[in-house]
Parts: sequence; structure tokens; C-alpha cells
Amino acid sequence: MTGKNAQNCNNNYLKYVRALDPPTKHFKNCLAAFGVGGLICTIGQFLRYMLEYAGLSGDELAGTVSVILIFFGCLLTGFGVYDRIGRHAGAGSIVPITGFANSVTSPAIEFRTEGYIYGTAAKMFNVAGAIIVYGVFSGVIVGIIYYFL
Amino acid sequence: MKKGNTLFFKTRPRVRSYAAICGSKEKEGVIGNYADITLSDDMYGESTYEKAECKMLSGAISLAVEKGGLTDCDIDAMLSGDLLNQIISASFAARDFEFPFLGLYSACSTMSESMLLSAALVDSGFACNCVAATGSHFASAERQYRYPLELGCTRPPQSQWTVTGAGACVISDAVGKIAITSATLGRVRDWGVTDVNNMGAAMAPAAADTIMRHFKDTGTKPEDYDMIITGDLGALGSRILKDLMWEKSYDISSNHVDCGEIIYKVIEDEFQGGSGAGCSAVVMNSYVFTKMNAGLYKKVLFAATGALLSTVSSGQGESIPCISHAVELESLAAGAQ
Amino acid sequence: MPTEKILEILFMYFKAFAVGGAICVIAQIIINITSLTSGKILVFFMLGGVVLTALGLYQPLVDFAGAGATVPISGFGYLLANGAIKGAEKGFFYAVTGSLTAASAGVTAAVVFSFIMSLLFHSKTKRN
Repeated sequence: MTGKNAQNCNNNYLKYVRALDPPTKHFKNCLAAFGVGGLICTIGQFLRYMLEYAGLSGDELAGTVSVILIFFGCLLTGFGVYDRIGRHAGAGSIVPITGFANSVTSPAIEFRTEGYIYGTAAKMFNVAGAIIVYGVFSGVIVGIIYYFL
Repeated sequence: MKKGNTLFFKTRPRVRSYAAICGSKEKEGVIGNYADITLSDDMYGESTYEKAECKMLSGAISLAVEKGGLTDCDIDAMLSGDLLNQIISASFAARDFEFPFLGLYSACSTMSESMLLSAALVDSGFACNCVAATGSHFASAERQYRYPLELGCTRPPQSQWTVTGAGACVISDAVGKIAITSATLGRVRDWGVTDVNNMGAAMAPAAADTIMRHFKDTGTKPEDYDMIITGDLGALGSRILKDLMWEKSYDISSNHVDCGEIIYKVIEDEFQGGSGAGCSAVVMNSYVFTKMNAGLYKKVLFAATGALLSTVSSGQGESIPCISHAVELESLAAGAQ
Repeated sequence: MPTEKILEILFMYFKAFAVGGAICVIAQIIINITSLTSGKILVFFMLGGVVLTALGLYQPLVDFAGAGATVPISGFGYLLANGAIKGAEKGFFYAVTGSLTAASAGVTAAVVFSFIMSLLFHSKTKRN
């Protein structure tokens, strides 16, 4: 028995391995995620108020807020700071839009050594490509459903 | 001579010389004082991490050859491999040398496989001096096996840290204070672990299998060895190995050492310790061989372990097949206990 | 500014913090339990945003928490679905293209800034 079949035979071993898993620090992780995620959203809210004050509204306002946040996400990734935040904050820095920016910038920087076309540009969508693909696809489905409703 | 899968070397090939290069993070650990060169910068003056890895490997090889008082023409073959696709570091490092190159891939157990094959070549008389070498680099391995360096993701607590470093040794037919007496060829074991972050648990059965067969074939007991060294099981994997051995009534708890577990000063950010081909290569070619040369350890069993997976196989949900090759070393130095 | 207005703004910050943080905590709990990778988490939360918006459940949350609901990636899904829903009112063509039109700012920013950063920075090795 090899490979996948062995999995069935060695359930005992797998159970034993799982029992040895070091405990996840649920509370600490969640607290960090809550704090950092909340903070990024508060900064977003602050930008919203500032831009509202500057006279923006509606889609323009919402769009500008995300553009600014994405810019800072990209910049911190470039400085090599974002991954340090991410190591402690976990989902707190993955889920906000800055995490999306991080997932685009990090492969772009990393794969530049393989050239600008097949390195930077093609690998840029390593992670973010999935988001755009499923986002556009589900958006189109929603649009069609609403059109026929 | 051969018994089971264990080869007994008649002429007892020697480890003539050895050299190790390690990164800045590894410098702070136990091997810092024993490595020949420690990097202050993980780039090693190159433009990419792959080039840096290649330069480390080639540096370790030329240093080992030099320390053995040899030149390129004295070397009959170089056996080397690394973790990158198509073992580019090893083959690119081989460009720098005049001697023949045999490329190996055995993931993190490349060090013991190359030593084993070198010893077999020397013992059979086909070669007088062979170089066994391997290395790895954190940044290049991370990029190939996991995510881009800058991606803000959390490391699960089972994960290990790929060692930046390279080690090389010259296996020779006469000169040297460390003899290779026997070696056991590994079998691929797969107990169905699919979690790529939990390499220790995947590799422990392979290590246990090889070490137990070595005991059986050579008729030795765990107490006969001063040290039983495994490659990069990490803290969790070592514990599983000890348990697996204990089940078959071999008690290795007193003399088992894992390179991954000891390489870093504090196991905190690295969680379970070091991993990668460079892990065992650096520890063996600096700390262990130096101590053996001085006669502090008389008999050592070195069983590096390797997880033979790729990103494709793990992406397709395959479990992780693992291997471990064991090499038995004996110190001939005076003053050995 | 009257005290009432200031209190309202402060309360809005608090709501943004709480709701945004709560969304991240849900993601963190899922990561802890299932050890999903960051890419999968992003996709699932974005899809969650799309579905909730289509069902009309996300709009109230946006009205309530502001940036607390739009800044997480589920807000990106909200943007996509909202664009599609608005486009559907104008005609079939806009129903199909509406989602990406609405998300164009975010995608453009991510692509352009990332490209600039890749020109400016090298990847740095980690020590911890």
C-alpha cells in the first residue's frame, strides 16, 4: 500500500500525529486579528471622513478610499513591513483590502528576477488572479440574475 | 559486502576534509563557531537568492577540496544535489570545477545519500577522492515551495525554517580520521501525511525504518552509538521518531540528536526547528566532523531524512513520500573514548 | 462642531473598528480550524460579500459600519455585486460589465502600484 491507499491503513498514525499538533493560540490570534483588522477599517473610516470633507461622495468616495489603502498596502509590502505585520496579525492583515494589495505586490517583487513580462507581470496574479476570476464570474452571475428578475 | 540493504565498506573510506558555509541566522546557533564561512548578508553579494545558493555550494566544495590539500585534478567525482527544480544550484556550482559531476536528488537527505554513494565509489576502487555536497537557501526554498517572501501569511506552529547554508566533504581512500564503516539504503515510506507544513511527522516513519534496519543488519544496539543524528525532523518529528523506535523496543532517547532541532539558538520563530538539505549538511560538516576529528565522538550514525514532494504533488492532494539514508561513521582519532 | 456630531463621528469609528475587527476574527477562526491559506480566505470572503450583497444583506451592514464593512475583502465583493445589480437596471450589457466597472478602481490601483513597487524594491529575506 502506498500513497493515498496508505492513508486508510495508517489512520492510527495520522490520529497520533494530530494529537501531537502544537496547540493553536486561539484567543491570542483572534485578539491580534481583531485589533489590526479593526484598526485598518478605522483608518478607512478616517479617510472616508477626510475625503467627504474634501467634497467627494458616492462611488468616487468609496473608490478613492480603497485606492489609498491599496497604495499603503503596496508600499508597506515593498518596504518588507507587511509580512511582519501579517505574521502576528494573521487574518487581521489578510482580509482587509490591504491584504489584497499585499497578495498582488509580493509576487510582483519576488518574481522580478525572472523578467518583467513572465516574472513581474505574469506572476502578479498568482493569488489575486483567483480573486478577480471568481469576483468577475460571480458578479456576472449576480448581474444576469438581477436582469431577469 | 552486503547484508539486507546495508553496505559494509571493506576499505573504510575516510572523510578527508569538510567545509560548511552558513547564513547569518544560523551563525547565532551552535554551528556558528564551527562553520568556515558565515554570511553577513543572505544575498552573498549576488543578484538573486538562487545565485547566492549556488555560490555557497560552490564555495563549500572548493573550500573542502582545498582543506584536504587537493586540487581539482585529484577529485574523481562530485556528488551533489539541492532542493531547487532540476537541481540547478548543484549543477550550476559544478560549472566552476574541472571534475565530473553526478547530480542527485533526495530532498533533505541528499547529504547522507551523497556520502553513501561517494563511499561506495571509493570503496569499490573506482575513485580515490569524491566530493559529497549539498546546500539550501531559505529564500529560494520559500519561493519554490511556499509563498513569496513578502506575502503576509501566518506560519502554522508545525512549520520549520529552511536553513541557509551549504556543506561539502571529501571522501577519500586513505587520509582522514573519520571512517565510513557502513551505510543503509533507505526505502521510501509514506504513511499518508498530507500536511506540507508537518514534514517532521511525514519523515519520522522513514527515519525509524532505516535506523531500525541498520541496527538489525549490523547487529548493533542504540547504546553502541555516541550519537544518532537525524537530518531535519524538527522538535515534533524527533518526538515521533523516538516514540516509533520505542514501540519496537529501541530506546534512542539518550543519544538521539536532530540537526534541525539544534541548529537554531532559540526555537521560537522557527517553531519546530530547521529543515532543508543544508540543515544536516551544515551541522555534519562543521560541528559533528570537528568533534569526531578531535575524538570526542567515537561512533556516530547519521540518517538524514528527505520529503520527496513537489508543489504539483501537494497541489494534487498527494501524501508525502519520504526517505532516509543512514551512514555509520567512526572516529579513528586518538583520545577517542 | 456640535457635541452631538462629534459623538456621532466617534461612534462611527467605533462601529467601523468593531465590525471590521469582527470580520477579521471570523476569518482568523476559520484559519485556526481549517488552516486555509491566505489566498483561499480572500476568495471565500470575497464570494461571501457577493452572495450577501445579492441577497440584500450586506447593504445594511455597510450603512451601519461604513468602512468597517467596505474595507475588508468582502467589501470588494459588495462592490462587484452592487455594480452588477445597478447595471442590471440599465440593460443586459451593463448587467454583465457592471461588476468589473465598479471594481476597476481597486484592480487598477493594485496593478499599477504593485508594478511600481516591483521596480523600486527587492524582495528581502526574513530572519524571523
